[in-house]
Formats: sequence, C-alpha cells, structure tokens
Amino acid sequence: MGKHFFSETDIKSAWGQVLAAFWQRYPNPYSTHVLTEDVVFREVTPDNLLLCRRLLTKTSRLPRWAERVFPGNLSHSVYIIEDSVVDLGNRSLTTLTWNVNHAKLMRVVERCVFAGDQDRPVWTRITREAWISSGVFGLSRPIQEFGLARFRSNQVKAMKGLEHALSNLQKASAVCPGDSAEKHENLNSASKTQKPQQYI
Amino acid sequence: MNSVGEGCTELKREYDQCFNRWFAEKFLKGDRSADPCSELFLKYHTCVQKAIKEKDIPIEGVEFMGPNREKADS
Repeated sequence: MGKHFFSETDIKSAWGQVLAAFWQRYPNPYSTHVLTEDVVFREVTPDNLLLCRRLLTKTSRLPRWAERVFPGNLSHSVYIIEDSVVDLGNRSLTTLTWNVNHAKLMRVVERCVFAGDQDRPVWTRITREAWISSGVFGLSRPIQEFGLARFRSNQVKAMKGLEHALSNLQKASAVCPGDSAEKHENLNSASKTQKPQQYI
Repeated sequence: MNSVGEGCTELKREYDQCFNRWFAEKFLKGDRSADPCSELFLKYHTCVQKAIKEKDIPIEGVEFMGPNREKADS
C-alpha cells in the first residue's frame, strides 16, 4: 500500500535566509542529478501569499534490474513539479513536489514545511513527508522499497544542498553589514539553547 | 542552472536575479510595492512555454498543489 516517510529537522538559520536559499539552491555540488530548473508560474495573492510553480527535470536513475524491465524509461528524464506557498504572516513555506511522468512505474509525492518560530528566530524547522507508490503489477513492493531508499538518500543531499546555498548567501551578506546588528543579538540569545543539527 | 529551453537560460538568469533581490529586499520585509520583475518574467516565460510545448512536457492544466488533496484524505 505504498511507503511513507517522515522527518523533522531544526537548522540554525533564520527563516528568511532559508527561503532565500531555497530559491537559489540549484545548482549545488549534491544536485548533479538535477538537469534543469524553471519557474513556470509565480504570483502574489491579494492576501500576500507568494505562490510558485517550478518545473525540474532530473535524470532517471533506475537500478539495473528495473532498467531491464523498463528499457523505454532510459530515454526520458523525470519531469517534476514543485508547487509552493510562502505565508509571510505565519512564517511558513509549504512545498509539494511530485513527478508528472514515469508515474505508473513509481510516484513520489513530497510535502515540506519550512517554519520559522518568533520565539527562536535563528532556527527554522523543516518537516518533510513523502508518499511513495508504484502501480506495476507484481513489482510494486521492490519498486517502493527502492523508491524509499533513494528518497532517504536524496533527502540527505537536499539538506546538504540547502546548507551549501545558505552558506553562499551568508558569505555574500557578510560584505553587506545591513542587518548584521540584529543577527548578532539573536545569536547571543540563541547560543544558550543550541541544538545539534540533525540529518536523518 | 539551465532552463529546460536551451535558449532560455540567459533570460532565466536575469529574471532569477531580479526575483531574488525583490524577495529579500521587498517581499520578506512586508513591502507590497509593485513587482519590478514582471517584464523580465514575461520574456522568460514565453521562451519556456515554447520549450515545454515542443518537448511535450505534460504540465498543462495540472492543478496547483494537486496531490495535496489526496494526501489530506489519507
């Protein structure tokens, strides 16, 4: 009946920075499987939500046993839609990402929430949830197992890629001292309750 | 990062730069003044839509956050 994945991670970066990095995370050293990235829709709604749709193409990397069963899939990249809503009012970014082709072979739907906390402004909580399913008669279980294993490994890469983008942004903003005073204040109060970064 | 339309990557870069600046300096600070990137987006968007049609990428008419509805029920 499909596989489910759930993880929750706190990262020590302010929500606004995490969002800026989210838009700029490609390319990064961990994203060689991502071939193209395009914004195909973007709009600010009357109630100030930022809606966006991105189209990504990724390499279709199947294990050898699946390649033998589905040789046709080798010729096509995977097309992925990433829809997102930024709610500035409650400091949340919600994303929904899924593949629009190869769906019968395997479909992965991932929902992420990036939430800022006013009481802990230098931290952002990332909640990641995924549903992995396959419609191939007789092979759905091994395909789903493979899908879950690959999702776990991609999730680690995704976090590393985001951290890489964050670090680039922080280096760039070190040159512009605009809001550095505010940052230092937050860091001093947050250092007492430091949590180790967790990668699942 | 490349665009799916080979000829659109430069237009994408210009739009992305404009958006990233607007996002950090205006949107995140609650500034609701007009989006300065709409012209750049239009040029980029026209180019990408053409590539999407040429490559038969099946995203036309896909509902925003479509699979979310299924997940809310499960």
